[in-house]
Amino acid sequence: MFRQASRLLARASAVTRSRAFSSQVPAAPAVDSTFVESWKKVNPNMEPPKTPSVYMTPRPQTPTSIPSKLTVNFVLPYASELSAKEVDMVIVPASTGQMGVLPGHVPTIAELKPGVLSVHDGNDTKKYFVSSGFAFIHANSVADIIAVEAVPIDQIDPSLVQKGLAEFNQKLSSATTDLEKAEAQIGVDVHSALNSALTG
Amino acid sequence: MAMAALRREGRRFATPLISPRPIAAIRSPFLSEEDAPLGVRSISTQIVRNRMKSVKNIQKITKAMKMVAASKLRAIQVKAENSRGLWQPFTALLGDTPTVDAKKNVIVTISSDKGLCGGINSTAVKISKSLHKLNSGPDKENKYVILGEKAKAILVRDSKKDIELIITELQKNPLNYTQVSVLADDILKNVEFDALRIIYSKFHSVVSFLPTMATVLSPELVEREAESGGKLGELDSYEIEGGETKGEILQNLAEFQFSCVMFNAVLENACSEQGARMSAMDSSSRNAGEMLDRLTLTYNRTRQASITTELIEIISGASALEG
Repeated sequence: MFRQASRLLARASAVTRSRAFSSQVPAAPAVDSTFVESWKKVNPNMEPPKTPSVYMTPRPQTPTSIPSKLTVNFVLPYASELSAKEVDMVIVPASTGQMGVLPGHVPTIAELKPGVLSVHDGNDTKKYFVSSGFAFIHANSVADIIAVEAVPIDQIDPSLVQKGLAEFNQKLSSATTDLEKAEAQIGVDVHSALNSALTG
Repeated sequence: MAMAALRREGRRFATPLISPRPIAAIRSPFLSEEDAPLGVRSISTQIVRNRMKSVKNIQKITKAMKMVAASKLRAIQVKAENSRGLWQPFTALLGDTPTVDAKKNVIVTISSDKGLCGGINSTAVKISKSLHKLNSGPDKENKYVILGEKAKAILVRDSKKDIELIITELQKNPLNYTQVSVLADDILKNVEFDALRIIYSKFHSVVSFLPTMATVLSPELVEREAESGGKLGELDSYEIEGGETKGEILQNLAEFQFSCVMFNAVLENACSEQGARMSAMDSSSRNAGEMLDRLTLTYNRTRQASITTELIEIISGASALEG
């Protein structure tokens, strides 16, 4: 059974107010006034540095009823793969197993293992193979998925996967130190996950 | 008598040009006749011409540097903008806590390796020093981790004992996530911290760079703040999936957050560096152009004055012969 599906949360199109728990909801967009004041005491001649929340569009508040769509943000270091996309369901490879996320999911922080991430929107499904990362599901049906590397499944070459799996298995059996064993084990894990992604 | 009058005229022209050496050195360094061989009284335009040549070369060089900075900026701006989504989920989850009360503060200052890039490096160092003062107090310690040569040069002079790590030559290879995550791993392993404050210049536009401070908290501090309520109070309502304990997940989360925030910060700082260099070189070539205009005017004046003097000498000589 898919327990929690969340991964790709698109930011809600209605950008209303900042998140409930960030108490920075004054007139100015998320400027921390205590910080500004303590800065002025130390260095009155210089502007205080900005903080990252100023650069972010505020997140929507938790709605009273469960929304119909899940908003997914899927980010990678070199691109924002999905940004504020509204989908029906997302299945993430959490380290405890595949997790399905629907709108109205309980807030969760999930650590990911190498596996397949699938985004379901109506009838079409998009699958990515994801190396590790994190997934945050928030109370307002927004899911943030941060991965280090992700490729669409159709771009994976099966022959290279088999070759890699054989190579790492061989390295694992010939490893001497703990570090080598750990590295070889990681390689084996990733390649077998790739293998099952291609077949499954 | 006419000759004497002409000579007096001549001397009146010549006085500003043939002044004694000290005044020449102070007032009009271009206009002296030391370069001409002895006995020849013509005013030399050589010095002005030399200056014009060197100023023109400087103008060309700074224009070329501006073009180079512009092309490098275009390349790295794409990367920086793509990486902007990376830190936003973390800030959405953990909030932004610049005023968190931490015992061990580590200030990570990001600066450039090369100079001639305007004021971004000195701004970053000034902010780091103010932060150091802000967070100082009994049983609180502040340490620096420095990225880049320029901040190192300034901070090594007065805060040497507070510096933990210095990392230079970051941009020798094109920036990528793997390199930055190895760097972040290094910092996390060697430095003890309760809160990490990353200071960098965010690239807002080609002419505006905003100094920014991002905060990453250690897992213990996150737990403490979550329990005490406030900004992280809702963190406890989140279920934790995977891993053995909550502490382990928070540890991984903090490390991942640090590497993501660092990656974005390093890219933004590189963009700001190139943008600042572009505008610095642009104003430098404009100044060189203005200087060249003024020198050209002086050159023409000198040239005309020397022609006039020659004419006067010839004419007075000729009229002296005629009697």
